[in-house]
Amino acid sequence: MSVTTAPVRTAPEAVSFTAARLPRIAPALVAVVAVAAAALPVLLLGWGPVAWAILSALVFLVALPVWAGVVEGRRGATDRLMTGLVWTACAIAVVPLASLLWTVVDRGLPRISSTFLTFSMYRTSLDQEVGIYHALIGTLLITIGAAVISVPIGIMAAIYLIEYGKGSRLAGWITFLVDVMTGIPSIVAGLFAFSVFILLFGPSYRSGIGGSVALSLLMIPVVVRSTEEMLRLVPADLREASYALGVPKWRTIVKVVLPTALGGIVTGVTLAIARVVGETAPLLLIAGLTTRTNFNLFDGRMTTLPVLIYTQNANPGIAETPGGTPPGVEIAWGAALVLIVIVMLLNLVARVIGRIFAPKTGH
Amino acid sequence: MAKSITVDSLDIYYGDFLAVEGVSMTIKARSVTAFIGPSGCGKSTFLRSLNRMHEVIPGARVEGKVMVDGQSLYDSAVDPVAVRRQIGMVFQRPNPFPTMSIYENVLAGNRLNSKKMKKSEADDVVERSLKGANLWNEVKDRLGKPGMGLSGGQQQRLCIARAIAVEPQVLLMDEPCSALDPISTSAIEDLIHELKTDYTIVIVTHNMQQAARVSDETGFFNLKAAGEPGHLVEFNSTQKMFANPDNEATEAYISGRFG
Repeated sequence: MSVTTAPVRTAPEAVSFTAARLPRIAPALVAVVAVAAAALPVLLLGWGPVAWAILSALVFLVALPVWAGVVEGRRGATDRLMTGLVWTACAIAVVPLASLLWTVVDRGLPRISSTFLTFSMYRTSLDQEVGIYHALIGTLLITIGAAVISVPIGIMAAIYLIEYGKGSRLAGWITFLVDVMTGIPSIVAGLFAFSVFILLFGPSYRSGIGGSVALSLLMIPVVVRSTEEMLRLVPADLREASYALGVPKWRTIVKVVLPTALGGIVTGVTLAIARVVGETAPLLLIAGLTTRTNFNLFDGRMTTLPVLIYTQNANPGIAETPGGTPPGVEIAWGAALVLIVIVMLLNLVARVIGRIFAPKTGH
Repeated sequence: MAKSITVDSLDIYYGDFLAVEGVSMTIKARSVTAFIGPSGCGKSTFLRSLNRMHEVIPGARVEGKVMVDGQSLYDSAVDPVAVRRQIGMVFQRPNPFPTMSIYENVLAGNRLNSKKMKKSEADDVVERSLKGANLWNEVKDRLGKPGMGLSGGQQQRLCIARAIAVEPQVLLMDEPCSALDPISTSAIEDLIHELKTDYTIVIVTHNMQQAARVSDETGFFNLKAAGEPGHLVEFNSTQKMFANPDNEATEAYISGRFG
């Protein structure tokens, strides 16, 4: 190594880190101007609020980048444009959801009462109150049945795929079939359960368990998939640490791998339940329809909330006052709200459980 | 409590790929044996074959003999789980169980095997192991806290405590200090010195000074050429190895003229 003298670098003139920037309130300012500017044609031509919103967004998306381009240069303009587009896409995604929720709450809430939640549709005279109690019970029992069938199968299948069958041909086939199963239309699952139970128990057989079987067909692939992902996230280090302590493989899986992944698995299962709780078509076939409350999953028809919503909408009855809402439609809105609340609660529970079981890193 | 290990012409494969070829050596009981050598020469692979951790990787297998206490580890009648209970391992990256507290981590070897223990007995094991790993004073007031909340060096010492809690005959260490700062490293080196009186210790390290500091005997692994399997170049007492090695390649590697 010989020492060489580095070429002497002349100091650059002066480095400037500052450049022209739009004021911080610029986006808000442009937004206000855009809304105001869009109001003009809206008022003149008598357009609705949707057109106003779209026009405002367009004006904003053009005006802000142009202004930024003049002041900040090309990179600033691109940045403002892309930021604007991302926000617009986000709004487009959220608006229908918010609107749907609002509509359901708005139309369903007036129908909710203690009678609505605790009475079934069975009545002996027309002036008696009706409710959705039978459908609530049906939904709960059939969904619990589906979960009881599919959670053990799904989790064990995922354990096989990740812990035992990795790389084998059988595991490859199972993964492929699970992927295919994810895409099965729910009515096909319903027809499958329907034909199985008809062949076994005769043509007039209807029961909640049939619905559970149909739903579990839809649920198993979701459970397998989510559990697989969670198990894959468990670092191989932990398995090796456990093996190195002389722990057999099955104990390692039960006591190290599963607890580490538990939060994610429970979340996945809960989301799978939330996914099937709203299924209509398969249940219409095999679980049938009834106005009475049926607690026996293995005998007799059972109504669930989605089936109730569907049938009430299809046969709404006659409104008491001419031009009013038919009673069936009101019941359907109320049931829809209850169903959404159930799904939301399930999601909340999934989050809470996920947080409780998440590996702790605190001090 | 410690046992010696005799290895006789061991070949280690990943599927069809021969990773390490023809290793023979005797690892003495109650001493520290260090393996040095460039990356990818099979030191860790060889180390993992000593407690049958090697075969955790699908397709991995060995040919040849590893004898501990007169028994061949790779006999068909040998249960790898029983082997690993006697030959513990500490890994390159600290890997405490994230779902467990410090206390539970130390007891993991017993708890995961559902070994029944009285509370007082368990407390004893935890205290003895943590003291053995020089961690007791730092964590005795927060045994119920998650093991992941410790610093990297503390986590590694927790892993050592976890490994010695099951009282193995041999402790294998795969670059235990490579993820640690100098102070934690020195704490672990001191610990290795203390553990030597009770355990047979085998350590893989990239740090030549560390091998010189902690070990009694040193093995130098190297690749014959790129793509060729790794092999044991020289196995000697550490003193001789670093002062006057038999093999030129060893001298070149140790003095830094190579790799």
